[in-house]
Amino acid sequence: MARMSAEEKARLAARFLQAIPHASHLGMKLTLLEDGVAETTMPYDARLVGDPETGVIHGGAVSALMDTCCGAAVMVHPESPLGTATIDLRIDYMRPATAGQNLRARAECYHVTRSVAFVRATAWDEDSSRPVATATGAFTVERGGERAVGRVLDEEGTR
Amino acid sequence: MSNQPRRHRPEPVEVVQKRRDAALKALVEGVPYIRFLGIRFDRRGDELTALMPFDDKLIGNPMLPALHGGVTAAFLEVTAIIVLSWTINWERMENGTRAVDRWDPRHLPKMPKTIDFAVDYLRSGLPRDAYARARVNRSGRRYASVHVEAWQDRRERPFAQGTGHFLMPADKDG
Repeated sequence: MARMSAEEKARLAARFLQAIPHASHLGMKLTLLEDGVAETTMPYDARLVGDPETGVIHGGAVSALMDTCCGAAVMVHPESPLGTATIDLRIDYMRPATAGQNLRARAECYHVTRSVAFVRATAWDEDSSRPVATATGAFTVERGGERAVGRVLDEEGTR
Repeated sequence: MSNQPRRHRPEPVEVVQKRRDAALKALVEGVPYIRFLGIRFDRRGDELTALMPFDDKLIGNPMLPALHGGVTAAFLEVTAIIVLSWTINWERMENGTRAVDRWDPRHLPKMPKTIDFAVDYLRSGLPRDAYARARVNRSGRRYASVHVEAWQDRRERPFAQGTGHFLMPADKDG
């Protein structure tokens, strides 16, 4: 990505998640966005609880945070793809997130080929010494050429 | 004739169905996140199909539009956990060793815990209802492996599949 001022980056970061209905619905915020690295926060929310007895957030909500953060890291990689979609994502759950605490994820897009971006991510609650979960994923790199057209045709074919 | 063991009369079908439906309802409706995503479960005998009706808040890419990858992952994981939990409780429920009548959101059986979950995104999720079914490939004393597939219009064209490993809950009555 071309050099951006801190102000431009902050503007981009704010717009980034507002455009994703599910991310904004969960109150996710981008707190860091730089070459191939993104950080995202998600506030504790009683609607996301997976175990009513303990108030622990459901693993699925942690997946949503991880996926969003990984996608953001791909988008701000210096190769600057026009768009991206998840090919696969694997999440390892180290421990339950502490009830009542906000979650934070950091994703790093560590390698990009012509068509694939490789990403790893970690999520924490308010104790940043012990991760809640880690993730690795592969994402598509959309360059706006025939690939994107092919994808649209594929979508049309299923309607 | 008199030496034949006496057979129990089968329970009336309404009683059986009521008990099974109540158990499933308790299992699913006690979890806030399942309600948040609007996921419901359809039961045919012991087979469950998850249904996630489309909603705007599930969108991840408004340009296409497409379901959020995190929503898809969550839908698969919720389905895997409920089906696994249902499978391990089914037998106990059927032979009466589990007090299903007492299930309510505060007294649910312990759920399996996810160790890891891997999702394959096969095509983008369209803005319409989604369905999923899970198969328990291994269910041991401590660990289980579950495969799950989600589809929309056509069952033979899944848009995502996943495999998860789970830690089994301690074996005591819920």
